[in-house]
Amino acid sequence: MKIRIKFQKYGAMKFIGHLDMMRYFQKVMRRADIDIKYSEGFSPHQIMSFAAPLGVGVTSAGEYLDIEVHSTRSSEEALKALNEVMVEGVHVSQYRRLPEGTKNAMSSVAAADYTVHFKDPSANPFTLSTLREALQVFLEGQDQILVTKETKKGERQMDLKPLIFRLTAIDRPVQEDSPAEFALTGESPGFFLQLNTGSSDNVKPELVLEAFFAWCAQQGICRIAYVPAAMQVHRLEVYGRREDGTLIPLGDFGQEIL
Amino acid sequence: MELQDKKPEERMGNPRTHSGKCNRKLALSDNILLSVDKPARYIGNEVNMVKKDPAQVEIRFAMCFPDVYEIGMSHLGIQILYDMFNRREDTYCERVYSPWPDLHQVMKEQKIPLFTLETQSPVRSMDFLGITLQYEMCYTNILQILDLSGIPLHAPERTLADPIVIGGGPCSYNPEPLAEFFDLFYIGEGETRYDELFTLYKECRGQGADRQEFLRRAARIPGIYVPSLYRVAYYEDGTIASFSPLYEDVPAVVRKEMVQDLSLTTYPTRPLVPFIKVTQDRVTLEIMRGCIRGCRFCQAGMLYRPNRERNIDQLKEWAAQMLRNTGHEEITLSSLSSSDYSSLKELVEFLMEEFRERGVNISLPSLRIDAFSLDVMGRVQDVKKSSLTFAPEAGSQRLRNVINKGLTEADILEGAEAAFGGGWQKVKLYFMLGLPTENQEDILEIPRLAERIAEQYYEIPKEQRNGKCQITISTSFFVPKPFTPFQWAPMNRREEFRAKAHQVNEEVKAQKNRKSLKYNWHEEDVTILEGIFARGDRRVSKALERAYELGCIFDSWTEFFDNEKWLQAFEETGISMDFYNHRERALDEILPWDFIDCGVSREFLKREWQRAQEGTITPNCRMQCSGCGAMQYKGGVCVEDKN
Repeated sequence: MKIRIKFQKYGAMKFIGHLDMMRYFQKVMRRADIDIKYSEGFSPHQIMSFAAPLGVGVTSAGEYLDIEVHSTRSSEEALKALNEVMVEGVHVSQYRRLPEGTKNAMSSVAAADYTVHFKDPSANPFTLSTLREALQVFLEGQDQILVTKETKKGERQMDLKPLIFRLTAIDRPVQEDSPAEFALTGESPGFFLQLNTGSSDNVKPELVLEAFFAWCAQQGICRIAYVPAAMQVHRLEVYGRREDGTLIPLGDFGQEIL
Repeated sequence: MELQDKKPEERMGNPRTHSGKCNRKLALSDNILLSVDKPARYIGNEVNMVKKDPAQVEIRFAMCFPDVYEIGMSHLGIQILYDMFNRREDTYCERVYSPWPDLHQVMKEQKIPLFTLETQSPVRSMDFLGITLQYEMCYTNILQILDLSGIPLHAPERTLADPIVIGGGPCSYNPEPLAEFFDLFYIGEGETRYDELFTLYKECRGQGADRQEFLRRAARIPGIYVPSLYRVAYYEDGTIASFSPLYEDVPAVVRKEMVQDLSLTTYPTRPLVPFIKVTQDRVTLEIMRGCIRGCRFCQAGMLYRPNRERNIDQLKEWAAQMLRNTGHEEITLSSLSSSDYSSLKELVEFLMEEFRERGVNISLPSLRIDAFSLDVMGRVQDVKKSSLTFAPEAGSQRLRNVINKGLTEADILEGAEAAFGGGWQKVKLYFMLGLPTENQEDILEIPRLAERIAEQYYEIPKEQRNGKCQITISTSFFVPKPFTPFQWAPMNRREEFRAKAHQVNEEVKAQKNRKSLKYNWHEEDVTILEGIFARGDRRVSKALERAYELGCIFDSWTEFFDNEKWLQAFEETGISMDFYNHRERALDEILPWDFIDCGVSREFLKREWQRAQEGTITPNCRMQCSGCGAMQYKGGVCVEDKN
């Protein structure tokens, strides 16, 4: 039986990298006494796969992993057991059964939502309206948004435009340090992005913002360098696609266990 | 009278500025954390981290392992004390490790004070800073900890605004090279006297006593050594003329503290689980303390006498609890010589039956290779990939008798034969070079023994074996340690070490099966320094401090060890390396650590030194009591079957 788990990652946990999060969840399964399946062989490992790796420094309200189990408790009971053994900064929000034949989390990923804001609001050169305007021109005023992406094989030219599904200004960016409810704060406007995600043409918000800031400098809108550590990136949701091609949160493929 | 001169915040009675609530704001900015290697080393928040409100406790204790996080987090002793202190409602014990050189530089440049992992509070704001002393080559890291914390390096310069700096662990059995930097040392096992020390601390604070008074009173607690309360005088030849307390109420001899009955101690059944991979990434079950063997080079074997076993039922229960509370996928048994644990078979069978089903691995270090251990290992590991380890320590039987290593060549060859028969192909062999009385023949016997093991493998018919075998020989250089029968022995010189390693290497190449043999040896420069700090006195602290000033830290890491700077430090401070390493000490010389009674008597050590020179072996504690002196503790093997 396949189970899809959704979790949030925030606070100090943003400094824990993807591989360490996998190790963390392996131990979680044992502590919470989840009846997880192990692979065959001399050194059996848990059957577990993560949807889309999250970079170090990025927080998230919508991370997914799939596991296989022999038996399970109800969603409610499993959530309780899991959250009892969590550390501060990781919270499990869904535990659902996947129907037979559902593609695993990693190969289903199609898109993801992000917000990005300035950690220090006083460093933000934009107001809501100037940002809104700049983003609109950036997106609609260009036929192509060419960037150089560094890959393992070398550099590669890439057109971001078709891979940016949405890019807008928001007035109240999500605050990274708050638990479950992700409280909102005012003042400094930030970015909302919906980007192509997955094994091919994966786009990180950093890549888009870097291109945007470079474009701003070129247009004489504002002259600030893109400093990754100065921005807080927050992932809101990860999507797969329905058969008709529309986006659907990965969690919606699963069903509550009663 | 004296108190009036002090600023109010320097008085013990004054509550520290403990913050109001459990505040998890990190001490380092995002910028810094995202720029250094492995930020997880500095954020705390691990599974089973203890959370308390600092405003609600009376004693704040920073527990430090002066090496990188991954090493420090693997240490059982710290987990034991962390758990034990935090069981006290009035105490909050937090952790601190050495910032890696990348962060060290940032903290120095930006003047960021060193902080604890739990509440991310400045170490300097703690009541106590406890530093475990596990090996000599972490000594510069101790100075780094003090320096980054903003605590004066020299104990006499500290005020009540600074924590009481405590040292403990194996190297505290010769604390003298560090005497200048510590307020007190706790000699022995931590379980026995900390409650008393904390009670005294609270009492002194309640009375508004000053630091000096607290230390003076602490010196009367058994096991506590306050170096500033002792005076050392030297002869012209540099040896110690006298070592005596300054006051009558300060004991002349400090006796090791030891737990008589291990079933009465606490044990950390909810150990911390790090996010990043650390050296010991598993549940550690301590099955016993001490060792019955009496190898003459081994300091731990002498210091932790008598051998005491833990109760098997307690161990079974703890194993289950710890696996449940951590989610670890591996459990390991900890002791100096697991094969000597009387109920080993029962315990291992239990662990395998109970936990193997749930994907839990069992690792069994320090096991003698015999039918039982091969059977167990064959069930828990992939024999084709894993290797078997033998530690003959010396190549010839003659020299093994000198060091009292009760392992014969027949034991090794039979063990290897059984292992090869069971499918193993990889064998690791550990030896020491530079042992007392060592001759040319002893050295050449190292590769020859490896060759004989290889030949044993090739006796197996070709169709039954699986390609080549791989015998790895590793040698380290012998360092004489305090409280061993070799404490009087001269250590080899750098050139001798180098020449001996070269000889081994040449002899390896001369063997018939040289293609199946591999030889690794340690750097000799680090060993020379280790020797100085192992048997040094108070005067060597000057070279240590100078080395730190010159930039030495993480000396046990080859990528950071800088021998040139060390040589410069000794040169500039006028301290002779030869004096500490290369002379044979007279049997009646006052040794820097003689004020400590570690349980084992000087008479016993002398007797053993004599027997070593004769090549006479001494039976282990279970076979026959050799009257080492540890019986004064009336515990463990000394009282077994004697009611």
